Amino acid sequence: MLPFVGALFAPLLTRVMKHNAGWLLAAVPLLVFVHFAGMLGTVGSGAAVSAGFDWAPSLGLRFSWYLDGLSLTFALLISGIGTLIVIYSGGYLKGHPHQGRFFSFILLFMGAMLGLVVSDSFLMLFVYWELTSITSFLLIGFDHGREASRRAALQALLVTGLGGLSLLAGLLVIAQATGTTELSSLLGSGDALRNSPLYLVALVLVLGSAFTKSAQFPFHFWLPNAMEAPTPVSAYLHSATMVKAGVYLVMRLNPVMGDTVAWETILPLFGGVTLAVGTLLAVRQTDLKLMLAYTTVASLGLLVMLTGLGSDKAIEAAALYLIAHSMFKGALFMVAGLIDHETGTRDITGLRGLRKAMPITFVAAMLAALSMGGLPLFFGFLAKEEIYATLGSPEGWQAALLIVAICGNALMFAIGFAVALRPFMGDATKTPKAAHEGPISLWLGPVVLGAAGLAAALASPIAHRLFSSPTASAVAGSPIEVTISTIPHLGVPLVLSGLTVALGIVAYLGLDRLRAAMAGVLRAIGWGPDQGFDQVLRGLLRLATGLTRIIHNGRLDIYMTVTFIAVAATLLLPMVLFDELPAMPYVPALRFYEWGVLAIAVIGVAAVVHARSRLTAIVSLGIQGFAVALLYMLFGAPDLSFTQFMVETLSVVILALVMTRLRLAPTDHRPLRQKLLDMAIAGACGIGFALLLLKVTQMPFDDRLSQFFNTYSKTIAHGRNVVNVIIVDFRGLDTLGEIAVVMVTGLAILALVRIRSKKTEVRPTVAEEA
Amino acid sequence: MEAVFAILVGLFFAAGIYLMLSRHIIRILLGVVLFGNAVNLLIFTNGRIMREVPPIIAEGLDVPATAVANPLPQALILTAIVISFSFFAFLLVLAYRAYQEIGTDDTDGMRVAEPADDGLPPMGY
Repeated sequence: MLPFVGALFAPLLTRVMKHNAGWLLAAVPLLVFVHFAGMLGTVGSGAAVSAGFDWAPSLGLRFSWYLDGLSLTFALLISGIGTLIVIYSGGYLKGHPHQGRFFSFILLFMGAMLGLVVSDSFLMLFVYWELTSITSFLLIGFDHGREASRRAALQALLVTGLGGLSLLAGLLVIAQATGTTELSSLLGSGDALRNSPLYLVALVLVLGSAFTKSAQFPFHFWLPNAMEAPTPVSAYLHSATMVKAGVYLVMRLNPVMGDTVAWETILPLFGGVTLAVGTLLAVRQTDLKLMLAYTTVASLGLLVMLTGLGSDKAIEAAALYLIAHSMFKGALFMVAGLIDHETGTRDITGLRGLRKAMPITFVAAMLAALSMGGLPLFFGFLAKEEIYATLGSPEGWQAALLIVAICGNALMFAIGFAVALRPFMGDATKTPKAAHEGPISLWLGPVVLGAAGLAAALASPIAHRLFSSPTASAVAGSPIEVTISTIPHLGVPLVLSGLTVALGIVAYLGLDRLRAAMAGVLRAIGWGPDQGFDQVLRGLLRLATGLTRIIHNGRLDIYMTVTFIAVAATLLLPMVLFDELPAMPYVPALRFYEWGVLAIAVIGVAAVVHARSRLTAIVSLGIQGFAVALLYMLFGAPDLSFTQFMVETLSVVILALVMTRLRLAPTDHRPLRQKLLDMAIAGACGIGFALLLLKVTQMPFDDRLSQFFNTYSKTIAHGRNVVNVIIVDFRGLDTLGEIAVVMVTGLAILALVRIRSKKTEVRPTVAEEA
Repeated sequence: MEAVFAILVGLFFAAGIYLMLSRHIIRILLGVVLFGNAVNLLIFTNGRIMREVPPIIAEGLDVPATAVANPLPQALILTAIVISFSFFAFLLVLAYRAYQEIGTDDTDGMRVAEPADDGLPPMGY
């Protein structure tokens, strides 16, 4: 993957060569373009190129690629337009401090996008899909100093990222339904997916990803916002390539998922609505880039609609329009950027009479606009003819699609010329910068793309053989021959085309009035998904904050309450539910002094709980501790007893030292209700532990380990006190760790005390207060 | 015999937890001590109880002559007692120092790390 390597070196090259690095870096996509062009012959004849190697065979994962007509056309568009874009960015961002970074991002994106269209395995498809989202995020947020930029970047990432998750789920469902994880074998699986009960789930998930990526209504809002990116990015990602990934996905899956009622309803419906909304919103705009962005939304809607119709003609139209759109829209975006770059504004109301100052730009713009408007001799015309051939004889509700298509195309015609013609005609006006022609790096791209639109149409048989027919065949899943040429045939399509052009001219002339009307309508609605996005994000933030406050409220007693309720539940519930309660114990025969020690322990505990003064608390804590020590003594554990005595004595001493300075509230501060609750929780825990212990001791005892120690402590470790041998010998390391803990604690205590003494030197009053 | 111990352990646990549910730091610490003793007794009882025969091998023998108390839980508890003591001592000093610095022994008042109301995070982008 050459572009990734290029991305690695781009910043370095740019540091050395400044903006001229663009020319050298353009060689990277050019090489890719040539490489893919070499496959045209093979793929054009209907064969598919595929290869790959095993990645994680145990999981059935392969790193594999698959190239048919559709993939190849996309790959050529990506690398071809990419070459021009890299050159263009060299001039556009001349002198920008982060130009190297920009080249790097663009090349990264190119690699991801190429990977996406040639992927065979589902996993690769998904990974590259997400990579395009991430690189798009980086590119939109390239101008990270501005808030609008950051917002647009985040919005694009969230919307397309959510779509990516939907894609992952959809692909998993498909894999579940068909048992394959590769596109090539999926395409050969026939009706398996269509007949699967999971079909509808898979369809909704896949379309969720395609619609977010390709900015279909109601997810269209992120695309116009993404125009915050530098113009090369808008031209490349947000018109020619990335946003077509969704269309690519839909086209790719058409042979296995298409031709069903759901498919042929959902896609034309969403596509048609997007087309209508996109063109109407485009009229509203005065910013050249925003106008183009909304027509891109509309074009994507048109593509989705055509793919959804599914007839051979529709697919031909989609294939033609896909190619035509990438060329003319990329060119127009570059023109818009060029105008912006050379005049300092892209507001259409302030731009007039540039044709003298920027003649080459004007030619490029006109070439692109003629293709976009679908006039004869241009590739866009072929696409439009096919569209009308598809919709020309509508049945039922398809008539609505026809009307939408005619109006949409007419408005796109108007906007195309508004961008390409209006700024150049009339008398020159004052612009922020004196208008002049841009350098060759800037106008090369639009001129080449515009000319390509003309050349492809003139040489239509070659173009069809190389691109259109293989693409259409791959989308349809069966061979399709595209034959349409630029020579107009009399017939319904031509009449409809003429109607569109006529409507378009009317719309062009009345654009200002239309714009005012649309602005009024939008003001009346007053809300759109864009504001919705902000509301959702703000709501999410509030929800998260609120949740944190509830769960993470900073009150220790509540944390403790929750913890111990959980403890009590884990202890008691399983025993009750699985009927594992212990048998009723008999009253054991204990000697009187044993009862006595037990009683002392109980009294000590009770006294600690009820202690009202420091002294009582300390003394009763000592009592229960010594009672426990006595218990150890009586029941065969002299070592424990000895340690416990020592520890209790020390505890009492330290406690006495500290407690004389710390206040022990004379009464329990808790209100009665709280007390009862705490008692209930504590009681439940206590009962739980007691029952558990009873149950355990009623089970047979496995003393193998104890026997082991008894048997070997003399013979191996040469010690007679078994407990001591275990501690210093069998578990020597453990004891070492224990000693370390004691030492660290000692050090920590020392540190705490030392900090205090330093403080008291600075502020003696603190110690006095304490 | 174990039954009595089981009830005693339950009592220790209940008392320890009741104290730990308090908001006064000194009560919580007393609760921690009781809790520690409760756990130790739990382990002790789990190893079964035997009267007055410490696990010590008599002079000249290789294995204990008679049945002796289970040495394994004793070894575990020995470690636990020491650790819980150092834990307790550290907590005690920490509580004392916190009381000096913050001026309260109520855990609700100790909110330096988690302020009661730190407002909404920034809402912009």
